[in-house]
Amino acid sequence: MEKRALFSSKILPYALLLPQLAITIIFFYWPASQAVWQSFLMEDAFGLTSEFVGFENYRALFAQPEYYRAMVTTAVFSTAVALLSLSCALLLATQADKQLRFAHGYKTLLIWPYAVAPAIAGVLWIFMFHPTLGTLARPIKGLGIDWNPMLNANHAMILLVLSATWKQISYNFLFFLAGLQSIPKSVIEAAAIDGSGPVRRFWTIIFPLLSPTTFFLIVVNIVYVFFDTFGIIDAVTGGGPAGQTTTLVYKVYADGRLGGDLGGSAAQSVILMVIVIALTAIQFKYVERKVQY
Amino acid sequence: MAGVTLDTVRKVYTGNVEAVKGVSLGIKDGSFCVLVGPSGCGKSTLLRMIAGLETISGGAVKIGDRVVNEVEPADRDIAMVFQNYALYPHMSVYDNMAYGLKNRGTPKDEIEKRVKEAARILAIEPFLARKPRQLSGGQRQRVAMGRAIVRKPQVFLFDEPLSNLDAKLRVQMRVEIKRLQRALGVTSIYVTHDQVEAMTLSDQLVVMSGGQIEQVGTPAEVYRRPETRFVATFIGSPPMNILPGKVEGPGRVSVGGQTISVTDMRDGLAPGSAIEVGLRPEDVQAGAAGSSSLTMDVDFVEELGATQLFHGKVAGTEFVVQASTGQIPADSRTLTLSIDPTNVHLFDPQTTKRLGRA
Repeated sequence: MEKRALFSSKILPYALLLPQLAITIIFFYWPASQAVWQSFLMEDAFGLTSEFVGFENYRALFAQPEYYRAMVTTAVFSTAVALLSLSCALLLATQADKQLRFAHGYKTLLIWPYAVAPAIAGVLWIFMFHPTLGTLARPIKGLGIDWNPMLNANHAMILLVLSATWKQISYNFLFFLAGLQSIPKSVIEAAAIDGSGPVRRFWTIIFPLLSPTTFFLIVVNIVYVFFDTFGIIDAVTGGGPAGQTTTLVYKVYADGRLGGDLGGSAAQSVILMVIVIALTAIQFKYVERKVQY
Repeated sequence: MAGVTLDTVRKVYTGNVEAVKGVSLGIKDGSFCVLVGPSGCGKSTLLRMIAGLETISGGAVKIGDRVVNEVEPADRDIAMVFQNYALYPHMSVYDNMAYGLKNRGTPKDEIEKRVKEAARILAIEPFLARKPRQLSGGQRQRVAMGRAIVRKPQVFLFDEPLSNLDAKLRVQMRVEIKRLQRALGVTSIYVTHDQVEAMTLSDQLVVMSGGQIEQVGTPAEVYRRPETRFVATFIGSPPMNILPGKVEGPGRVSVGGQTISVTDMRDGLAPGSAIEVGLRPEDVQAGAAGSSSLTMDVDFVEELGATQLFHGKVAGTEFVVQASTGQIPADSRTLTLSIDPTNVHLFDPQTTKRLGRA
């Protein structure tokens, strides 16, 4: 059955599409193509002239050990944040899904961190874990741990993971809760009658039925960690100590904005662009098809 | 095998809403008990309490000789078929049926034997490898029943299992459920709002209303001798006609000045007191005026093929007569209805209880 509206005029549909197309082209395609173009250029030290150098910027990039280190950092960071925030959110959502008192207030409170700007979130965590000022850093030091995220790369990474996770839990929680609530209650009841205890029920029934949500969230979380944690990194570690917490995105900023290497920075942007396109393609391919059942 | 006994079972929800108000009922081992009533009468709540899916606020539920109030659903040795089938969507038909057995640590070859056997009985063998979403409504219903029978439980519980099926399939599945229950001989409790399902399936029919049992009996008993006006109008289709009347004397009542005889009438009713006169549409016949007859003004006729329904009024009250097609001329404007005294049901207008012989 034809459900779409049909226009007799050929012009009207295009006219209606035009605003959206204009926005997409001006704000997405044009900057993206500029980045691609710029990645083939090299500027002189004063930024007065630029010269076409082909793939020279890319070649230079892959010759840098720092770039590989940023890749590893990003991989560690995104895996840790995705795992931690997904599992915390799932735990909270399963608890919220039980019928508890004040469930509404509980949900609202859990959603708040998502509304906090990344840089602010970063500052909040600094105040808690700053080696000399931090309210929580003191008890940690009291335990005999020489806690110093300003100097110790592992500590810095832990702090980043915590703050990035804290912000992302809200988002994951909302999706998990919606996913849990869409599982028919009678299926859970049938499993209970079938002799499946709460833990077994979770792993054999609930978790498989949540898999589309989980898969969607994994992709969204990876994209989040890649791109939206810039504010947190900038506020908490500034990529340090000694570039140890510089992720791919932070390196784009550090090289281009601080280092003045526009061509190299553009080349990194293009690589990131390819990564996002790949992730989105995977998501569309599998999520649209509903992987699980 | 085991029977089920309910002893003044109550369910009170928060806010003091009493959904089930002290229900006592004995269900014999191997019998088919149907709980029927309008939505909100507490029948599903009662079933869910037997299953262990709702807590019991008061009274006791016994399966066999064991009080199961505090027993987990899994340990009550019951199986339940849900209205929306509640199949596990990510598992194949085979795994759906095997799940309950696997959870109980049944050996693999035993599981396979039982699932194959159930699939054969239910004629779903070709679908064992499929996922539930690849099945039709009727096939899903069979899988849900298969999941129940592989467990070989003491009691089957059915919660409106046929209401999601189309009319034709519903009749077919109804017959199959009955046949299956006969063959397996497992005590079954079946909840429905459909009085045809209730009549056809049950050995023991329980009519519920407002959280209470109105009447318990065999379908024939409930149909022939309804204990309350509610049961009288709920069981039977089209529903029983209820006319306001007056007591004339022993075995005599009048409706709008016309007197009819009654066989089943309580002794000692004061002449002149108000009474409700119930007549089933299929129990009245068009005939000649006599000592026990009513006149009816016909408004219109509904054709049902084999029968015709004459809608009209008797003494100003809506009245329906069901007659075999051709028995009464369809263009009749008035009918004289001869009333068999054994077919008249009398009810107290206040308590709505039957005013029959004790």
